[in-house]
Amino acid sequence: MKIIHCPVNGPRPLQEFHYGGELRPMPDPDQATDEAWADYVFNRSGEPGVKREWWYHLASGVWFIAERDNRSDEFLRTYLYDGQE
Amino acid sequence: MNRRLSPRPGEWIDRSRPLEFHFEGQAYSGFQGDVLSSALWANDVRMTGRSFKYHRARGPYSLANCDVNAMVEDGEHTNMRGDVLPITAGLDVRAVNTVGGLAADRLRITERFSRLMPVGFYYKAFHTPRRLFPVYEKQMRKVAGLGRINPTIVARPTPKEYAFCDLCVIGAGPAGLSGAIAAAELGLQVLVVEELPRPGGSLTWQWAGDSAARGHLERLLMRASSIPNLEIRCATQVAGCYADHWIALVDECRLTKLRAGALLVAAGCYEQPAVFGNNDLPGVMLASAAQRLMHLYAVKPFDRCVVLAANSEGYRVASDLHTAGVEVTMVVDLRPAGETSSWRHTVEQAKIRILPKHMIYEALPDKSGTRVRGAVVCPLNDSGQPRSDAGWSIDCDGVVMSVGWAPTADLLYQAGGRFRYDDRLEQLIPGMLPATVFAAGRANGVFELDDQLLDGRRAGLAAAARLGRYQGALPEMSMHRDAPHSHPYPIFEHARKKNFVELDEDLHLTDFINAHQEGYDNIELLKRYTTVGMGPSQGKLSNLNAVRILARLNGRTIDETGTSTSRPFHHPVSFGHLAGRRFHPTRRTPIHDWHAKAGAKFVHVGAWLRPEFYSNGVLSREQSILDEAQHVRGNLGLIDLGTLGKFEVRGPDAARFLDRIYTGNFADHKIGRIRYAVACDESGVLYDEGVVARLAEDRFYVTATTAGSAVFYREMQRWAMVWRMNVTLINLTGQFTAMNLAGPRSWEAFAALTDVKLSHNAFPFLAAREGKVAGVQAVLMRVGFVGELGYEIHVPAGYGQHVWSALMEAGKAHRIRPFGTEAQRLLRLEKGHLIVGQDTDALTTPSEADLDWAVSDGKPFFVGQRSLAICRKQRLTRRLVGIRFAQDHRGPLPQECHLIFEQNEVVGRVTSITHRSTLGYALGMAFLRPDLAQPGRLVQIKLDDGKRVTAEVAALPFYDPGNHRQK
Repeated sequence: MKIIHCPVNGPRPLQEFHYGGELRPMPDPDQATDEAWADYVFNRSGEPGVKREWWYHLASGVWFIAERDNRSDEFLRTYLYDGQE
Repeated sequence: MNRRLSPRPGEWIDRSRPLEFHFEGQAYSGFQGDVLSSALWANDVRMTGRSFKYHRARGPYSLANCDVNAMVEDGEHTNMRGDVLPITAGLDVRAVNTVGGLAADRLRITERFSRLMPVGFYYKAFHTPRRLFPVYEKQMRKVAGLGRINPTIVARPTPKEYAFCDLCVIGAGPAGLSGAIAAAELGLQVLVVEELPRPGGSLTWQWAGDSAARGHLERLLMRASSIPNLEIRCATQVAGCYADHWIALVDECRLTKLRAGALLVAAGCYEQPAVFGNNDLPGVMLASAAQRLMHLYAVKPFDRCVVLAANSEGYRVASDLHTAGVEVTMVVDLRPAGETSSWRHTVEQAKIRILPKHMIYEALPDKSGTRVRGAVVCPLNDSGQPRSDAGWSIDCDGVVMSVGWAPTADLLYQAGGRFRYDDRLEQLIPGMLPATVFAAGRANGVFELDDQLLDGRRAGLAAAARLGRYQGALPEMSMHRDAPHSHPYPIFEHARKKNFVELDEDLHLTDFINAHQEGYDNIELLKRYTTVGMGPSQGKLSNLNAVRILARLNGRTIDETGTSTSRPFHHPVSFGHLAGRRFHPTRRTPIHDWHAKAGAKFVHVGAWLRPEFYSNGVLSREQSILDEAQHVRGNLGLIDLGTLGKFEVRGPDAARFLDRIYTGNFADHKIGRIRYAVACDESGVLYDEGVVARLAEDRFYVTATTAGSAVFYREMQRWAMVWRMNVTLINLTGQFTAMNLAGPRSWEAFAALTDVKLSHNAFPFLAAREGKVAGVQAVLMRVGFVGELGYEIHVPAGYGQHVWSALMEAGKAHRIRPFGTEAQRLLRLEKGHLIVGQDTDALTTPSEADLDWAVSDGKPFFVGQRSLAICRKQRLTRRLVGIRFAQDHRGPLPQECHLIFEQNEVVGRVTSITHRSTLGYALGMAFLRPDLAQPGRLVQIKLDDGKRVTAEVAALPFYDPGNHRQK
């Protein structure tokens, strides 16, 4: 089982975490076309590379951002959300 | 005939403890320390099983946990492998996969049809005509598969254990032990895992003919036992290596989940067989198997044998056999130049004939087909092909193969390593290893004992350095110097095609050639089509030869050909180790014990246990539920709602925050009022609901569904961050508990217990108040929970039982009764209240659920708003409606999920139903095509047996449409 470094709780096993999907900026709902909005809501990129993802530590209720290389499943960095999309 | 040798130093058997055991109904004797195969061989029993497909006789082949044709069962455990099954007093086993016993196995006949069963036979033959497939399937299930499961055996839970170490060393051979010692001397916590019952690895069998080996072993074990931070676990196999060095260890009685800082694999190599005619006959075995028989179990493998060699190990084995009293007729060497080391001289000294540039064309079976009686030896031509016309036969009862090695690679693969083919060694060795994974010993291509000890030490120090516990210099990696220890292609054609590449599933060389011709020219495709490597041994003795064959067929190198993916488990693991004892935490409300005493039958709701109903031991479940519901309608009931999600949302942005979270309007929400609230996700799908009470300008008290509250809270937390709002979320789900007092007499019962004024003007419907209940500070809400006058009471969890008891006491005069979740469900269904997740699914929008009234369009933003705007432009495809059945309906009624039909078209689905209601008729809710959704319309619902029943679409709610009773 993988170990993930929670920025608040330190290294904890994967089963204590919930994956919250890729960090993706929300398009302006008033400006976006229906197609652009549907693309935001339903499509996800499986492109190989380093992803910025939401992760949640279930036991303590901490959301944070992890930079993960989805080719090697390696967590490169974790940090609390800083507003950067 | 007893084949036991005289006592020898280092043997694993305890001659002072003889044992009697039974195999195939016959009694035999062996010693403590024997495995089944060695004890049988000592009794001159050579056939220990029948092969999977052709039911050919098979015997010990590797004695290294790969003898998957020697599987036995004892009526409780099945598919135990004879080469690793320790014999015990009273052991009574039979071979699996036979009909009528091992010797007379009636399925032997399948071999006669082997010509008709080429590779891919099942895929090609059993699909037409389709109507016969059930017949084929039944027959195949009888023939295919190994062992019988005894369903009457009582399951014994297997313990799970967690362990931690700095360095896990797999393999207690010379390299593993010296690596473990080097790392442990630097203070690392080291755990050595050895699958055999005793440590020593190749020192106990391969080098055992050499007295110096025993000295090495004693020295290593003495040193290891003197270091307190070094533990050796024998008889423990590594089932698999998972992410971040999470390693599954399996021993006889437990599964250990080990977390290691670094991993050192020193698990050596699996000796690989040669492919020639009848190379599966009992009596043909790997050189390492013959050495294990002699050195571990003191069993004389043969009387007269021939050694097929392509490396110096073959000569060492010939010498070992000779010393043990076996007549070694000759060493047949595949290599044109033969052996060049001093071992050649040793063998010559023993007057054993050496035949370079020769091969064994086939082993000859005796009349029973279960024993070697001879072998055909023939010369090789200059291109390495056998000249079978020039062959001759010799008498022998054994053929020993020593032609090459394949590393125990799967654990390194699983740990993230990659292998490359080394041409000087003709062997795969680790090419790339992750930073905290190390390999040592023979798997690294290190074959000399001294070098193996050094290589282990090097790897142990490197691991310590990687973990920051060693700063000194690292020794050079030992390099291989001499001739290769593996033959590049020990595979030969055979006229009658009885040359097996894979013993697990009876694959001959021709099967590979045919598969390749049919276009399966990639190793992963070839594996799936031929099933090579998919048997119980996972290709430990066949994958390398399969790769060699495919590489040659494609005219490619081994590296270009690649290998198939290695996945856990390394060896078969019994289900008992995997099943049971899972961690299922259960939450209980503060009033749980009271419920239990009151006869509650509990049900799991999310992580919680809730009373489903209260049984008096007389009434049926259904009657009890209806009774509880009727009592609430007519008198007074109390239900435990402690499982509800309960949150406080506070701060200057609290109202603005809830406005964005929920579909409804909260900015203008008045203090002291409550509102029903619906939450959608970004796609506009309804995923939670609850009530919101505004207690102050900047303070809201919010409830959410029992099962959905964890997800709802999580999403609230995330949005609060993303929106950067000045809002504080407090999860009170466990800190607070709640109950609902409901029924026409609730006002009378409750008034005496609280300081909150309950008059209609002071505390109207949909109002929230804070005050004391039975002396405890509480939040009170007047909601129409079950459609009657009622009060929802939220108090700190620690006071839950006190308040509950006070309410039960105060309600006595009004005939108060507790009611459970089933009565709640029935009462709420009568009021047309949906249950999220039951009456909605992963696509349900508020419009479909008739909840548009709870969606505010005048707001600038809420989660799901933009998606709902798109949905609104599209045609509604279904609506949630009420359905009811006639008062005098007789006969079966539908269940949840039964489909609604219009002629032959599916037009809907039942989402909730109750067969008995307080209204006297069966009713429920269903999704229905909107054009059919007018009340009064009749629809057809299809039952399990295909019959249809008629229901009537009904307006919601069924009960008290004017909502007079709850106000």
